[in-house]
Amino acid sequence: MALRGDWVYENNGGTCVAIAGLDYCVVAADTRLSVGYSIYTRDYSKICNLCDLLFPADKCVLASSGFQGDMKALQKNLAAKHLVSVHLLHIYQHQHNKQMSCPAMARLLSNTLYYKRFFPYYTFNILGGLDNEGKGCVYTYDAVGSYERVGYSCQGTGGALIMPVLDNQLKSPSPLLLPARDAVTPLSESEAVDLVKDVFASATERDIYTVRFPIFFQLLAFCESDIFPTQQHAYSSRVLNDPILK
Amino acid sequence: MEWATVFSGSNEGSVGTERGSERTLNPYVTGTSVLGLKYKDGVILAADMGGSYGSTLRYKNVERIKSIGKHTLLGASGEVSDFQEILRYLDELIIYDNMWDDENSLGPKEVHNYLTRVMYNRRNKFDPLFNSLVVGGVKNGQKYLGMVGMIGTHYEDNHVATGFGNHLARPLMRAEWHEDMSFEEAVKLLEKCLLVLLYRDRSAINKFQIAKITEEGMTISEPYALKTFWGFLAFQNPTKGAEGSW
Repeated sequence: MALRGDWVYENNGGTCVAIAGLDYCVVAADTRLSVGYSIYTRDYSKICNLCDLLFPADKCVLASSGFQGDMKALQKNLAAKHLVSVHLLHIYQHQHNKQMSCPAMARLLSNTLYYKRFFPYYTFNILGGLDNEGKGCVYTYDAVGSYERVGYSCQGTGGALIMPVLDNQLKSPSPLLLPARDAVTPLSESEAVDLVKDVFASATERDIYTVRFPIFFQLLAFCESDIFPTQQHAYSSRVLNDPILK
Repeated sequence: MEWATVFSGSNEGSVGTERGSERTLNPYVTGTSVLGLKYKDGVILAADMGGSYGSTLRYKNVERIKSIGKHTLLGASGEVSDFQEILRYLDELIIYDNMWDDENSLGPKEVHNYLTRVMYNRRNKFDPLFNSLVVGGVKNGQKYLGMVGMIGTHYEDNHVATGFGNHLARPLMRAEWHEDMSFEEAVKLLEKCLLVLLYRDRSAINKFQIAKITEEGMTISEPYALKTFWGFLAFQNPTKGAEGSW
């Protein structure tokens, strides 16, 4: 980190979770923005769907926690690169009107983070989406861009509290096994959502920076619709409301 | 927030400048909290008129709330000269905006976004503008109120505060703010917060301006003082229950 002092960074807290399923991906992040022992606002979304005006990236969604100034800058940076890659005949060989796939965006994010290796984006990211076969995929990152495709992940101040619970509940096969086993969970989408709700509730108990009401993004491979009866990528978002706590 | 010191002319590692360091990391003349609230017709900001030079109250007529364009009010705490620099940046922005002469004008959201980018980019150059800014306004019936910090942390909410206001005023606002407050109710709440700050923030002075902005236009009040009461029993003998404390 910079030798000139740590005033350039602050941790605005928060937790993100993502779970990949056979044909869906659930990404969730809480909405509290803190500084020190104060709360700035209870209503700040840490999820960004990397959209620009004309081409929302419907195949992947970025959830970040850490320093909010860097989070925003990173989101804008990626959105701009996405725009460039879709609009122009760019070196990525992306043609007009074609979205960047999730694995491509994953690599782009890693490179973007490493580009600032010596003055990092203080962000802990999870990229969630659907790969080229329509299967859920989750990529997890550290602040300088090392990344890995996994079946589920969590980052942020509550990450260490949540990860063991996910390990226990999702029983992911060891990445050391040969032949390689799929890490995506066989759970249904609603079961995964329930798990995420529970996991946020647990983290909230012990982490001062995390709150109980996350925002969800769900990427679905199948969407029933009159216009597009066949396979379609879509996303929806929901804010949880807890009737008891209210 | 730590005021880190920089030793000019030192070896600056990976980001060297030939001119030597031009960075101020210590603020000199500072303003204290700014408060902001949304109410029924628009947005209301309040700040005192003090400019402290360390522990000396050097200036007692500092206008820390200014109007920007037609739709926005900007309040600043922190270094006063940096606030004046920000006003110069915004002047240029508004002039260019007016020169388009297209009946379109920058609203509070745009100003907030612009200031966030300015603050963040200055932080990236290790040459920050030492301010916490409150941006509020109304455009096309939409009320907007946001805050930007020195390193680019930003958020938008129904009520905001900077500095000590976060600790002393926000809890009062959270308890008593509600949707569609009348102007009188909003002023009453703000004055309550200002009074608490006056009692408990040593850099606060009893000379305030309250600024309001609605669809019709904006007004910044003449400076005025609040009535204080120092006869509380607890103030008479503050260490009564705990001898030796302060």
